[in-house]
Amino acid sequence: MPSEKIIFDYSIPKTLQIKLTGEWLMSSGIPAISEFTSQFSGHSDVTQIVFDTSKISKWDSGLVSFLFGLIKECQRKNIKIERKGLPEGVLKLLDLIEKIGEKNKPQETKPEPFLQRLGGRALQLKESLLSLLGFLGEITVSFNRVIAGKAYFRFNDFMLIVQRCGADALGLVSLISVLVGIILAFIGAIQLQIFGAQIYIADIVGIAMVRVMGAVMTGIIMSGRTGASFAAELGIMQTNEEIDALKTLGVDPVEFLVVPRILALVVMLPLLTLYADFMGILGGYIISAGVLGINPVEYLNHTQSAVKLSNLWIGLIHGFVFGIIIAISGCLRGMNCERSANGVGEATTSAVVTSITSIVVATAIITFICQVLGV
Amino acid sequence: MKEASEVVIEVRNLDLSYDDYEVMHNLNFKISKGDIFIIMGTSGCGKSTLLKSLIGLRPPAKGDVLYGEKNFWREDASGQKDLMRRFGVLYQSGALWSSLTLGENVALSLELYSNLSASQIQEVVELKLALVGLSGYSKFYPSEISGGMRKRAGLARAIALDPDIVFFDEPSAGLDPINARMLDDLILKLRDTLGATFVVVTHELASIFAIGNNSVFLDANSKTIVAEGSPKDLLANSKNSNVIGFLTRGQKQGGQ
Repeated sequence: MPSEKIIFDYSIPKTLQIKLTGEWLMSSGIPAISEFTSQFSGHSDVTQIVFDTSKISKWDSGLVSFLFGLIKECQRKNIKIERKGLPEGVLKLLDLIEKIGEKNKPQETKPEPFLQRLGGRALQLKESLLSLLGFLGEITVSFNRVIAGKAYFRFNDFMLIVQRCGADALGLVSLISVLVGIILAFIGAIQLQIFGAQIYIADIVGIAMVRVMGAVMTGIIMSGRTGASFAAELGIMQTNEEIDALKTLGVDPVEFLVVPRILALVVMLPLLTLYADFMGILGGYIISAGVLGINPVEYLNHTQSAVKLSNLWIGLIHGFVFGIIIAISGCLRGMNCERSANGVGEATTSAVVTSITSIVVATAIITFICQVLGV
Repeated sequence: MKEASEVVIEVRNLDLSYDDYEVMHNLNFKISKGDIFIIMGTSGCGKSTLLKSLIGLRPPAKGDVLYGEKNFWREDASGQKDLMRRFGVLYQSGALWSSLTLGENVALSLELYSNLSASQIQEVVELKLALVGLSGYSKFYPSEISGGMRKRAGLARAIALDPDIVFFDEPSAGLDPINARMLDDLILKLRDTLGATFVVVTHELASIFAIGNNSVFLDANSKTIVAEGSPKDLLANSKNSNVIGFLTRGQKQGGQ
């Protein structure tokens, strides 16, 4: 259909007359430039193109973009274009393009060769490692200043963060921990029922929850919840130049934004872990007493004797370490965020991924150390 | 300039509010085809809120916005969508989608609402970018170009579908005088060539006088329109001290 809109007339020597007819609207489709070039390829003697557009009934940017492409193509082939026959509006638009185009030319960018890209990545890795170390150093210095009372520390902000990453997370932590307790009880029951030793479910649930599961589940919940929110919050602040505003005011953004967040999470995560431990034991208790028919009092007694204080300490140490990990990865990603919507998304994702990975690695390390120490 | 003819937008008895807080009340004005219509007023008087009600982002508390025969806020969702397709909007910050290149930003509406093939869309995109002086930039991301260029790219996106009406929210905000002037020129030229109607929300006096041929003045105190007409006429003839104060940068505040 589009080819009916365009007629090529070679009757005048060395001149191509292009007749355009009908509607040239974006909504009804426009011919491709390639159609023109293939038609034109057999007539290398043509040095000039003229237009007859008197039969065009309606046009919009469809026509202009076709002509714009055609003109560029002809410039490449050194063919002269006689614009006189074009509609007045089109001429004005083409003029506008030419006037405005001259001063605005982008610089040519060449794609990097493979090895250069590879090297670039390696250097980037080094950079990001250095920036992590630098960030840790800044945090240490800032903490020193906070402890020495030299830092600008807003207690109200700190309490707000404490509330957001502590009290506000209780519901979610309760739900997940109770369910983990229930799952552990059921899984324990499968094996222990064979030996008639269901009562040891109490030991399994108690030790597993208090020693590691309570902390790990809380850690994972908090990476998704608080770590991500730290990264997004600081990322948006970076995008909005709020962090630059702090710097120019002489306030160290690490001191003002990062330290309270780390402090809040380091305080709240062990507490949430403790809470998760109780909730997990509660979950195991509900299933054991309600479904598996274990004597409730006996269950509690067994839990009490099985869970040693050392287990509790190990759990709390996990919580403490996870708090540091989540807060640092969230804040680091947020502070290094690229200034765009994309950047904020990437910062958030990478904060969660980093903290969950680090949590699992840290758990493995702590478990190994405890094994070696025999605790 | 031709005499004001066909009315493209009519605002009737429009009330704007945030919950219980009244922003503006009883707004009435008409915008004719081919106008560059300025909505002006002091900061915070409700210009942007009015714009949001015109472009379908925020329902008014009361009243009607008519596009030709169609009453925007009485239309169903698909009717509203059809109307929205007829206008382009340039947001204050450009509001380019940062994950897309400039070319993709312009191409998106063409991909959604036209029957063009990929290569034809590419040609239209090149044209639109060239119109705003950004030819050759289609592979760049918004984060790689300057603020003025981002605004122009936003304009290329707004005119991608050859809209009947183009809305501008503070087009020259954040631009240097040269770039602001360039954008004004571009608006004038596009009006002459595309034949579209332009509605501009602004408080930049230079722009107001350079491009506006009709306007309304929103007054923050009385919360309604206190003056209507071409900005130059208002400057010469308005009796309202707020309008005169605004148009002369407070140098002729009158009795107040």
